[in-house]
Amino acid sequence: MIDVEIHQRLGDFQLDVDFSGDGGVTALFGPSGSGKSSVIKFIAGLTRLRSGRIVVDDAVMADGQGRHVPPYRRRIGVVFQEARLFPHMSVGRNLRYGRLFTPRGQRHIAEGPVIDTLGIGHLLDRHPATLSGGEQQRVSLGRALLASPRLLLMDEPLASLDAPRRLEILPLIEALRDEFAIPIVYVSHAVEEVVRLASKVVVLEAGKVARVGSPTDVFRVAADRFEIMSVIEGRLGPPNAPFHLTPVETPAGIVWLNGLVRPLGREVRVLVHATDVALATHRPDGVTIRTVLAGTVAEVPEGSGSSVTIDVELDGGSHLAASVTRAAVAELDLKPGRQVFALVKSVALDERPL
Amino acid sequence: MPDLSPDAWIAIALSFKVAAVATLCGVPVSTVLALILARGRFPGKALFDGLIHLPLVLPPVVTGYALLLLLGRKGLIGAFLDQHFGIVFAFRWTGAVVAAVVMSLPIIVRAIRLSIEAVDTRLEQASGALGAGPFATFFLVTLPLSLPGILVGATLGFAKALGEFGATITFVSNIPGETRTIASAIYTASQSPEGDGEALLLSVIAACIGLTALVASEIIARWFRRASS
Repeated sequence: MIDVEIHQRLGDFQLDVDFSGDGGVTALFGPSGSGKSSVIKFIAGLTRLRSGRIVVDDAVMADGQGRHVPPYRRRIGVVFQEARLFPHMSVGRNLRYGRLFTPRGQRHIAEGPVIDTLGIGHLLDRHPATLSGGEQQRVSLGRALLASPRLLLMDEPLASLDAPRRLEILPLIEALRDEFAIPIVYVSHAVEEVVRLASKVVVLEAGKVARVGSPTDVFRVAADRFEIMSVIEGRLGPPNAPFHLTPVETPAGIVWLNGLVRPLGREVRVLVHATDVALATHRPDGVTIRTVLAGTVAEVPEGSGSSVTIDVELDGGSHLAASVTRAAVAELDLKPGRQVFALVKSVALDERPL
Repeated sequence: MPDLSPDAWIAIALSFKVAAVATLCGVPVSTVLALILARGRFPGKALFDGLIHLPLVLPPVVTGYALLLLLGRKGLIGAFLDQHFGIVFAFRWTGAVVAAVVMSLPIIVRAIRLSIEAVDTRLEQASGALGAGPFATFFLVTLPLSLPGILVGATLGFAKALGEFGATITFVSNIPGETRTIASAIYTASQSPEGDGEALLLSVIAACIGLTALVASEIIARWFRRASS
């Protein structure tokens, strides 16, 4: 459990943030300059809180009135954008560093499983300078975790890596989240990361909390500067190896992912841009689109422009936003309650971060 | 070329003893001072910095005289140390150590300070987030990463201590076997009509020692640069 309340001026920027987080991953999401990293610094204790309150697991870290637990006594781990490994120590000694300062009774995270999960066993005798960026960040994750923190802060941990490295690390963070049950506050401006990891999203805009909710709820609502997107949850089916496709089974139908994604049966979230969705009143025939999801129109907003975004309730209850022209709405007589089929271009689907 | 006299050998041995002890005492003191200068933020820091570097710009005889006034038997601190602890620096080899420490301090502090300033503070931050307090962070992260500067500082400081003359002769005089170092011995030899050969030989030895230290410090610096890249 974590409770954060911050009211503080930072230069010419006013930060007013109030949110709480529970066991899973709480994402702080927003454009750069929205105050995400400042919030992390307050939670970690790197910036002194003058007004507000930060409570982690019932322990008051700062109350804005003189109580300020120094960073090294908070037992809050931080994974930074850069790995920040100690260059004069081997990977093994980097990993064991935090343990030196963790009271014996609180070392509840064991070395073996962490090293196995992160796949860094073969790196233990190496020096950080000889590791690739992705390897360094993996070690950095392990180092933070092995201090057995009561909360783990991740400040854009994938931002300094290239796309293939991000693909390599994101599932590892997922695995850490699921295996070691440490609450995580995850800062990012990448929708795809947030959708995959978070159980709760706190959207920050200009130092204020704009929205709070599950990824599905938060990204369905159009915000000024973010595209409208929907999140569909499902379970991975057996891949179609010859054609390099993987099905995600959902109550409304099968969503086809590009590439071979494993393991079979894993719960995944797929992100769909509203502009990649078309609607049909009959199950279509003779189209190249592979993903057809059944549902009913939930809402057709009034509009005067050329296109509107229709909210479709898919069979099974999840929602999908479809951006279509008003001309099409009139011609097909789309209105709430109407049975529709949502067509999603398979090539637009990808569970990988952009 | 004449052989070195037994007195000259004694002076060389004494010089090494004084310089070694001065370096052993000076490096820890310099490390603390360098840390304060590199990381501290307090009013009067420029003045503090100036005081440490003062021996570098003052005539050495002034530094020696100041030491005499402060640490001499009748000096402000010296009288107190003598009466209460029986510690005397004036005209003793330990006084030569004090003079050498004060004179070599600016060089050592400077080398270590540059090295500490080059340590990425984000690593210290990461250390704190892993639970290490300021002391642990200093000894486990900052100090090891500053080691090249500390070794270079120690080497240069040792060379400087070996060659110290002005402050030493003013503070502890030029007593054979007690405070006559290489530099004082050269001075003495050069003042006597038949001492020319010995003065020249000792000068060559002093130059060799100095050059060795400079080369050594350069090799150390280069070695660390290569090891860290």
